[in-house]
Amino acid sequence: MGEVGDHWHGKKPYRRREQPPGHSGVTRRSLLATAALLITTSGVSARVVTKVLPWKPNEAYPVTPVVPGGYLFFTANEAAMVDAFVDRLIPTDELGPGAKDSGVTTFIDRQLTGPYGGHDWLYMQGPFSKNPLPTQGLQSPLTPRQQYRQGLAALEAHCTATFNRGFVQLSADEQDKLIAAMEKGEVQFQGFSSKALFTAIHTNAIEGYFADPIYGGNRDMAGWKLVGFPGARYDYRDVIDNPNKPYTLPPVGMQGRPAWGVR
Amino acid sequence: MARRLPRKDVVIVGLGWTGSILAYELARTGLDVVAIERGPWRDTASDFNIGTAADELRYAVRQDIFLRPKQETLTMRNNPSQTALPIRKWGSFLPGNGVGGAGVHWNGQTWRFLPDDFRIRSHMIERYGEGILPEGNHIQDWPVSYDDLEPYYDKFERVAGISGKAGNLKGEIQAGGNPFEGARAHEYPTPPMKQGYQQELFTKAATNMGLHPFPRPSANLSAAYTNPYGCSMAPCTYCGFCEWFGCANYSKSSPQTCVLPALIREPSFEARTECEVTKVNLTVDGKMATGVTYVDADGEEWEQPGDLVLVCAFALFNVRLLLLSGIGKPYDPVKDEGVVGRNYAYQTGSGSTGFFEDVKFNPFAAAGSTGVALDDYNSDNFDHGPHGFVGGASITCAHTNGRPIRYHPTPKGTPGWGSAWKKAVRDSYQRVANVGAQGSVMSYRNNYLDLDPTYKDALGRPLMRMTFDYQPNEQKMANWMAERCDEIAKAMGAKATQINKLGVPWNVVPYQTTHNTGGAVMGNDPTSSVLNRYLQSWDVPNVFVMGASAFPQNAGYNPTGTVGALTYWGLDAILNYLKSPGALVQR
Repeated sequence: MGEVGDHWHGKKPYRRREQPPGHSGVTRRSLLATAALLITTSGVSARVVTKVLPWKPNEAYPVTPVVPGGYLFFTANEAAMVDAFVDRLIPTDELGPGAKDSGVTTFIDRQLTGPYGGHDWLYMQGPFSKNPLPTQGLQSPLTPRQQYRQGLAALEAHCTATFNRGFVQLSADEQDKLIAAMEKGEVQFQGFSSKALFTAIHTNAIEGYFADPIYGGNRDMAGWKLVGFPGARYDYRDVIDNPNKPYTLPPVGMQGRPAWGVR
Repeated sequence: MARRLPRKDVVIVGLGWTGSILAYELARTGLDVVAIERGPWRDTASDFNIGTAADELRYAVRQDIFLRPKQETLTMRNNPSQTALPIRKWGSFLPGNGVGGAGVHWNGQTWRFLPDDFRIRSHMIERYGEGILPEGNHIQDWPVSYDDLEPYYDKFERVAGISGKAGNLKGEIQAGGNPFEGARAHEYPTPPMKQGYQQELFTKAATNMGLHPFPRPSANLSAAYTNPYGCSMAPCTYCGFCEWFGCANYSKSSPQTCVLPALIREPSFEARTECEVTKVNLTVDGKMATGVTYVDADGEEWEQPGDLVLVCAFALFNVRLLLLSGIGKPYDPVKDEGVVGRNYAYQTGSGSTGFFEDVKFNPFAAAGSTGVALDDYNSDNFDHGPHGFVGGASITCAHTNGRPIRYHPTPKGTPGWGSAWKKAVRDSYQRVANVGAQGSVMSYRNNYLDLDPTYKDALGRPLMRMTFDYQPNEQKMANWMAERCDEIAKAMGAKATQINKLGVPWNVVPYQTTHNTGGAVMGNDPTSSVLNRYLQSWDVPNVFVMGASAFPQNAGYNPTGTVGALTYWGLDAILNYLKSPGALVQR
């Protein structure tokens, strides 16, 4: 073993953490590019830290805002199926917009193209057990991208075989009955668990409906308005001082709110 | 092959609460200290920036700042007859990662354990006889008493600026505080947090029932505060982004707010981040540590020699590092021999959810430690005779947030989707209050940690295997507590309540608690402990191990207050050791 002196410090470029979940890999904006540059140039001090705290003014790690329009992962038919599916899960009704009308399909599409879609941060080494205990949680080797691709294909095949129509062409009542059967695992799809597909879409629909609008869902903060969540206001000292009173200010997201104009 | 670096006086593994406190206190004596941390550097301004911090999806759902299971996870099973499988995605507990550790994302409930907790085995036998102890238990007295630790609790509370109300000052019971707590030398550094409307209802109801509610001690500070290290904190804004988030307001006590600004100015301190310690190196005879080996972010291996090795990772990973380094005899449940991995424990969660009418609870206006608690059913503050279980729970009416991806309660029987679901979500959001019981878990022969025979981490080292389930004693206790919670929820005026029993068998999916304890416990007997009463390895005297891995079993409280107290207790021992290196207790 050789002695190595101080010169080893920072000889390699510093690799900052992996991309945040909103990062699509396509809609990179100048904001992130600027941050990334700062990270690279400050890398040496961040890796070996001594004498001064290593952060720089304006150094932060924002997510990339989703720009709606088109789909990066879904095919047109897949997107139409997800639209129809989430519209039944969280419908537009007299209480306000539902999931489809709040951009949840775009939310799911962009999530699937990021690290979440590949389970990039999870432990995905084998062997994968065929008969895990119910208490052992996620044990499937399928990533969310694979679940959607295979699951939606299985759903569509089932609809074609059973109804001679695609999922989108089913009536709302037919869709509801099928979704209810999927939820209980009472319907068999060829090659994919109907319950697993239900769980994936249901979980992601709720995420998209209530996540900050920066991720493409919860458009106009419809989910937050439904329950009265004020969003990213970050200061409720006035609320704590006035218990049991209605909160009247409108919600704000990390990018503000529509009334503040285009940012 | 590892390249050897220049020697340091002190090598610290992990830069969270315990590592940063020890690093500062030892560096200020002039020692050369290096802290090696496997996650990234994190600071308030850059990583918990107010423009990015209030992001439920990123932090609470996608788990951005936690240890990524890809880097390290555990395998789990409920009992030794089963085959353990990896926890591929965190659920039941959420280990931190990076500088600050779990001290970044905690809620901040900062308790002292009760005097009886430290001698629970002796106490229970004295009061109820041997028969009260559950089958297969490994319950053992701590090697330290509450009185031993009191000055060290005080020290940690002062560094963290804890907000609370004393219930027992030097033996005098104080109105508004917890009358069951051990005697304190001083009042809390800052006044208690303000509370929400549901806490007001809870306080009234519990008081009318003859119980003793008090605002729980909080590391989300009620007022501006400057700690003895000269670090300043700002008052909490009740933003509702505490648990699982870093605080953008400098209001939550953490290594970032309380220690690092002072530590970093010590010229003899250095931190290396994104460097994973793979092993504590030992002399050929295995009797002394020579330093550590670590792998940096580029996969290069380094040897860092040091005179003193302080193991300061999260409780579970302390145990794994000891197992991988061959420090202490691994525990074998079949023979009931060995110590490393023995006495792994956890906590129970049970309670009652109340649905109210004509209220505005405003759940979003909250902090991680807002809440009113009572200790009437904790530890041995009540007669266990009629119940036949050991242990107890702190009962709390608390809400920490109203973040809607994860918080959108509905009454049982509500459909999981559709317009009926949507309506129930809307109607319930403002009018649900939870009364919860956080209960103790005793230690047992068959709840333990060892190395998994099949699964490996990214560096090819065996994952640790967790074998754990809630035993009948804990089930009985937690379900009895749920009924107590339900009584209180009804007395608060809930129109309907739902009892939440303990979920069995233990399941990794729903979040429960990150209060994992034991596996490298402290004790007076080297055949049932890894560490002596000074947190020093019985086998390798220049290795000290901090953290909740030292707890012989778990109490009905959040562990961080006791972890902080043990750190300062350990610090005094380390300073003594440095004067005259060697075993501080003879085996």
